[in-house]
Amino acid sequence: MSAVPGQSTLMDVTMQGQRLARRRARVIRERLIELVLFLAALVSVFTTVGIVYVLVKESVVFFGEVPIVKFLTDTQWTPLFDDAHFGIMVLLSGTLTSSAVALVIAIPLGTIIAIYLSEFAPFRLREVAKPFLEMLGGVPTIVYGYFALLFVTPLLQRIYPELPGFNLLAAGIVMGIMIIPYVSSISEDAMRAVPMALREGSYAMGATRFQTATRVVVPAAFSGIASAYILGISRAVGETMILAVAAGMQPNLTFNPLEPAATITAYIVQVALGDLPHGSIGYQTIFAAGLTLMLFTLVCNIGGHMLRKSFREAY
Amino acid sequence: MKPTKDLIKRRKRWDAIFAVCGLFALMIGVLTFAALFVDMALDGFGRVSWDFFTTFPSRRAGEAGILSAWVGSTLVMLTTAFFAVPLGVAAGVYLEEYAAKNWITDVIEINITNLAGVPSIVYGLLALGLFVYQFGLGQSILAAGLTLALLILPVVIVATREAIRSIPQVIREGSYAVGATQWQTVRYHILPYSLAGILTGVIIGMARAIGETAPIITIGALTFIAFLPPAPLQAEPPFVSFEWLFSPFTVMPIQMFNWTSRPEAAFQSNAAAAGFVLVIMTLAMNGLAIWLRYRLRRNIKW
Repeated sequence: MSAVPGQSTLMDVTMQGQRLARRRARVIRERLIELVLFLAALVSVFTTVGIVYVLVKESVVFFGEVPIVKFLTDTQWTPLFDDAHFGIMVLLSGTLTSSAVALVIAIPLGTIIAIYLSEFAPFRLREVAKPFLEMLGGVPTIVYGYFALLFVTPLLQRIYPELPGFNLLAAGIVMGIMIIPYVSSISEDAMRAVPMALREGSYAMGATRFQTATRVVVPAAFSGIASAYILGISRAVGETMILAVAAGMQPNLTFNPLEPAATITAYIVQVALGDLPHGSIGYQTIFAAGLTLMLFTLVCNIGGHMLRKSFREAY
Repeated sequence: MKPTKDLIKRRKRWDAIFAVCGLFALMIGVLTFAALFVDMALDGFGRVSWDFFTTFPSRRAGEAGILSAWVGSTLVMLTTAFFAVPLGVAAGVYLEEYAAKNWITDVIEINITNLAGVPSIVYGLLALGLFVYQFGLGQSILAAGLTLALLILPVVIVATREAIRSIPQVIREGSYAVGATQWQTVRYHILPYSLAGILTGVIIGMARAIGETAPIITIGALTFIAFLPPAPLQAEPPFVSFEWLFSPFTVMPIQMFNWTSRPEAAFQSNAAAAGFVLVIMTLAMNGLAIWLRYRLRRNIKW
């Protein structure tokens, strides 16, 4: 912008230079900020890499000493004894049994609550119930553990006096109630995402609310409901404190919920509470157990992803 | 005519039956929570007193308190927030405002979804292998704070993204039209408008972190601590000390776990009292988040 067109004075040149320099500084600053934000986003990738690295590194040492066939087929779990056995089946049976009890409670109740809140409940009730369920999911699990050990177990013992003080049943029931909010809130979101036109079509054909809910809305929302179930399963499998407190920490190869048994997670807690030297075989077992847990939830997640893909309905 | 009427009546009856079932299922949740809360209040309320908050744990149940536990929890929460909030918000802003649609973004997004489903105890193993031994942080407040920060990072990121996504495109266009750069748009428009939504997510994440027990036990936090970490403020220069970051510690849920696993009834009422305090704290935090979100939904008029 010189005074005479086509000619630039010395002052103009320096001003333009300054402006260019300012713009360059601005561009560099913008790029730098973007880089910093990108690095922050990368932390999640580093976390995953870190988890896999730690679990695999220690497990490789572990499987160098314990053959993998023994790990999968041995029927005893006594890693800290002189006569050490490393049969993960023993811990897996506890995990599967307690998860099964929890899911028998959480999936039907969670689904019923979701259908009720999405299709039946009056607006007011839903506005109160949703935050309440959220709070129920926010109670610390150690508190649920206390509740399972000192409230639910004595209650069950009145019905069935032979029930031992530590058992998978009470832990599983409380775990199931803890999981209800996760199942119900995601299922409900999925059902509410079903377009109104589908329901209106169903009502126009003369269907009742219940028929519309079970034959139109639920099938249409199935992919979302499936992911709610998958989340419930991985919650149950990974739950730690309720089982560590209420199910006892005795390794026990059983599928009977009335017995005490240790789960994979409870075993990790038990070892961590003791004073195991870094690098000992006992220290490495918890990483092998953790790797098993991680693979189990990974299989669940992949299965859920495939289920979602094949049932996905696009509107 | 008669059979049709009967049919309709029968179908309608199913509606009524299911409505009752739904209410009943909901009541199971409500009743369980009521039983849990009342049971703990009855057992523990007698132990909640000023002394309970100002004394250390003890071998004698009647004299034991939660001083080291609540101080430890507070310090760990501070550390967690210090790492999780800037990292989570920055990651959320990047994914919503900057990220190109390419495979790197896809990888990051898949990672965040997966991390939200990883059991918390696995984070404990990560921390044990990496923070405690590899980085040599030991069983310190810093190691615990970092672990919980990684644990709640997905919660903060998802909340940030949702809050940012609800800001209409017009706001960004207006900002660019008057010559703002991308960062200026984020700094002066996107962040202020999404602040309440982000705050909701942060509070929910912190409420989850304060109740987490398993990962902290896994890194080997001690259950019996009868001293406080060094004070962050000191009388002599340089006045501020970060020694507390490397101090051994205990937290509320671990203290409660320790008391719950003892057979004596007296310790169990201590556990009930600690649990009562813990539940009140998490309920207050969740309640605050829900209230914030409610106000937010009501007040926004774009």
